[in-house]
Amino acid sequence: MALIKNGELADDSFVFVDDDAALPPNGAVIVGLALWQTSREDLLQRSEAIGLVLKSDQPPELIGDGLQQLAVIALEFPAFRDGRAYSYARLLREKYDFRGELRAVGDVLLEQLHFMVRTGFDAFDIQSDDSLADFEVAAADFSVWYQPTADGRDTALELRRRQ
Amino acid sequence: MQMIIASRLVDGRVVFMDAEAGWPVSIDDGVLLDTEEDTERLLVVAEKAVQNCEIVDPYPIEVVVENGERRPAEVREAIRAFGPSVRTDQLVESE
Amino acid sequence: MYRYDEFDDKLVGERVEQFRRQVERRLAGELSEDQFKPLRLMNGLYMQLHAYMLRVNVPYGSLSSKQMRAFAHIARTYDKGFGHFTTRQNIQYNWVKLEETPDLLRELADVEVTAIQSSGNCVRNITSDQYAGRAEEELADPRIYCELLRQYSVLHPEFSYLPRKFKIAVTGSPTDRAAVALHDIGLRMHRNDAGEMGFEVLVGGGQGRTPFIAHTIREWLAPEHVLSYVEAILRIYNIFGRRDNINKARIKIIVNQMGIDKYRELVDEEWERIRDGALKLPQEEIDRIDAYFAPPVYETLEDLTTELGALREADTDFDRWMGSNVIAHKIDGYSIVNITLKAPGRVPGDINADDMDAIADLADRYSLGEIRVSHRQNLTLVDVQQRDLHTLWQELDALTLATPNLGQLTDIICCPGLDYCNLANARSIPLADDINQHFLDVDHLALVGDLTVNISGCMNACGHHHVGNIGILGVDKRGKEYFQLTLGGSSDEGASLGDRLGRGLPQEEVPGAIEAIVDCYLEVREDGERFLDAYRRVGIEPFKDAVYGTADNKEVA
Repeated sequence: MALIKNGELADDSFVFVDDDAALPPNGAVIVGLALWQTSREDLLQRSEAIGLVLKSDQPPELIGDGLQQLAVIALEFPAFRDGRAYSYARLLREKYDFRGELRAVGDVLLEQLHFMVRTGFDAFDIQSDDSLADFEVAAADFSVWYQPTADGRDTALELRRRQ
Repeated sequence: MQMIIASRLVDGRVVFMDAEAGWPVSIDDGVLLDTEEDTERLLVVAEKAVQNCEIVDPYPIEVVVENGERRPAEVREAIRAFGPSVRTDQLVESE
Repeated sequence: MYRYDEFDDKLVGERVEQFRRQVERRLAGELSEDQFKPLRLMNGLYMQLHAYMLRVNVPYGSLSSKQMRAFAHIARTYDKGFGHFTTRQNIQYNWVKLEETPDLLRELADVEVTAIQSSGNCVRNITSDQYAGRAEEELADPRIYCELLRQYSVLHPEFSYLPRKFKIAVTGSPTDRAAVALHDIGLRMHRNDAGEMGFEVLVGGGQGRTPFIAHTIREWLAPEHVLSYVEAILRIYNIFGRRDNINKARIKIIVNQMGIDKYRELVDEEWERIRDGALKLPQEEIDRIDAYFAPPVYETLEDLTTELGALREADTDFDRWMGSNVIAHKIDGYSIVNITLKAPGRVPGDINADDMDAIADLADRYSLGEIRVSHRQNLTLVDVQQRDLHTLWQELDALTLATPNLGQLTDIICCPGLDYCNLANARSIPLADDINQHFLDVDHLALVGDLTVNISGCMNACGHHHVGNIGILGVDKRGKEYFQLTLGGSSDEGASLGDRLGRGLPQEEVPGAIEAIVDCYLEVREDGERFLDAYRRVGIEPFKDAVYGTADNKEVA
């Protein structure tokens, strides 16, 4: 398993905390929605970074207050066929204006990385023998696309207009 | 009697398992299985061919033998073994 | 017709190479079948009973003669010399090889054809009216919006892993030849009270195991909003659509479960946020795409109906064909010509490579190089000069492509069925052939008139049996192939689902049952009304009696 962030291999400084576990006294943590909803105040008062992981049936509207203080939101793909997180990612970027790290975790296939980048993910938990090389190939699958997303890059229409 | 049928990965052709764990295209070249144990045993071996990317979706089918001719018992498997029942004159071999 | 620019070419080329890499990874064992399956489906590749089947898009049914010749070439080079036109205006090849498919797709890309998203849990081919841009009664040309929606939906990063497939259809005519009420999203162009052209938006239609007629989610939508509104519908579906059961995953299920009012509320809330964003269509963009579909330069010709009348009187075969297959065109002196792929002895919708080339040639000589595919698995030449009709007919007749049965009983919609398809319970093609053989009298067929017969080999309803005037569904009853009949379905602007007639029948009894249904119709018919209208007037009982007999129309399991 490797974490790729902003196109580079990165160490994961966060610790995932189970719903029924106690929050460690220090360190950067990622919690699930249940713990976020019960311990929001405690989490927001921590001096280190905090993050949230959402399951595929937990849309961003459940986050509520404190969203902008999250350093990372991880969206889970329980099976690569479950495409709800693509919508959650776009909502987080485009509706909620989330600026932190948006991480794809779970069943993350190389073949989907391009779409994930387009929908706003900038960190990926992937399993492959040569994660960075594979990531670079997969993320570059396409250099042209039709639909506007918040990734800020030109669509075919914008490129056509420039001509 | 049973046989193991599968699809060849590389071109989708229907194939039958033979006694040497090979996968010929003709039903006549596959191995006939007498017992449940034989079937189970061959399915385990077939799984290796799946892992080796030779075939996909192996499963057992009932086959009847009449006058030395083999025929799957179910219409669907017979169509797989012998081809579509319609317009066979329209089919031109591309090989 | 739309023509690719460098950006379209690049995207399609990159897609082919991406798929090539995926095939290599699969063959090297780096991807399991489970991982590979959705990827190959999104490139149109199925594993069927005999081989891989490739479904190639014909966007909104529009094809150039060059593309048709490429289809013939593909059939000869990669397949067994023929293809099959489908009920979604696509073409299917039944015998392709996985290892050859990337090269096949590359060759198609060279003529601006793709198989992108012809399957998979994503937005499929946008379908439309085969007479688009040409029918006399047309209000607006739907192809512009089909092309805008096509580009919008191709490789959409958010909507490539929907709960299930997603089908969109657009019509610009009051007569709905695109079956919009039977689609996940249907768009019906019409003018509002202020006289502005826009869309009625329908949502949640579909056939399959649980058929539904679509609900109206919005009475009128301005064209500039079509992409953003579709995006809102898709986003709500992606988030709320069921993923627990493959048979309950279409949008029709969630719309009917939560009710159209609730679904609309969710869509409108999201749409309010995005309607003025990047998806709002500037008029220049609509105009830019519109320019691709500008009508050709037509000659100024006289209407030749009278002259043709004389020819028709002199030749009953020509007369019959004119009456059934030739439709009025917007422009004087021109006609729309339908070529049914439903001759006796042909597999419905199938066409071999030689015929593809022949039709491409006819399109070049008689119809400005364009061919349309209809969801009834037939072809159309939309710009034929009236003065060429008789010669064209003679050429078609020599090719056995002049069967005068458009919209008649033997113009059967028929899925590939158990002869080809993994999902099927019964063989549909031999039944279609059987029915055809029972109805060889073309005068009798003309007398019967408009009557749609649709055959599906299983509950997935690819043969659209729910909306056939006579629908036939293949079922497996204790290991044998049986067929269940329905009556009164319709896919046009008055869409309705068929009513079950009675217990299933073995194949050999079906043609006789249809004869009984037809005879009953002819008996009750008033003022030359269509079968559908007679059925709606008299109800199902007379037909039940005709098929099952009065003493025996109780259902036996």
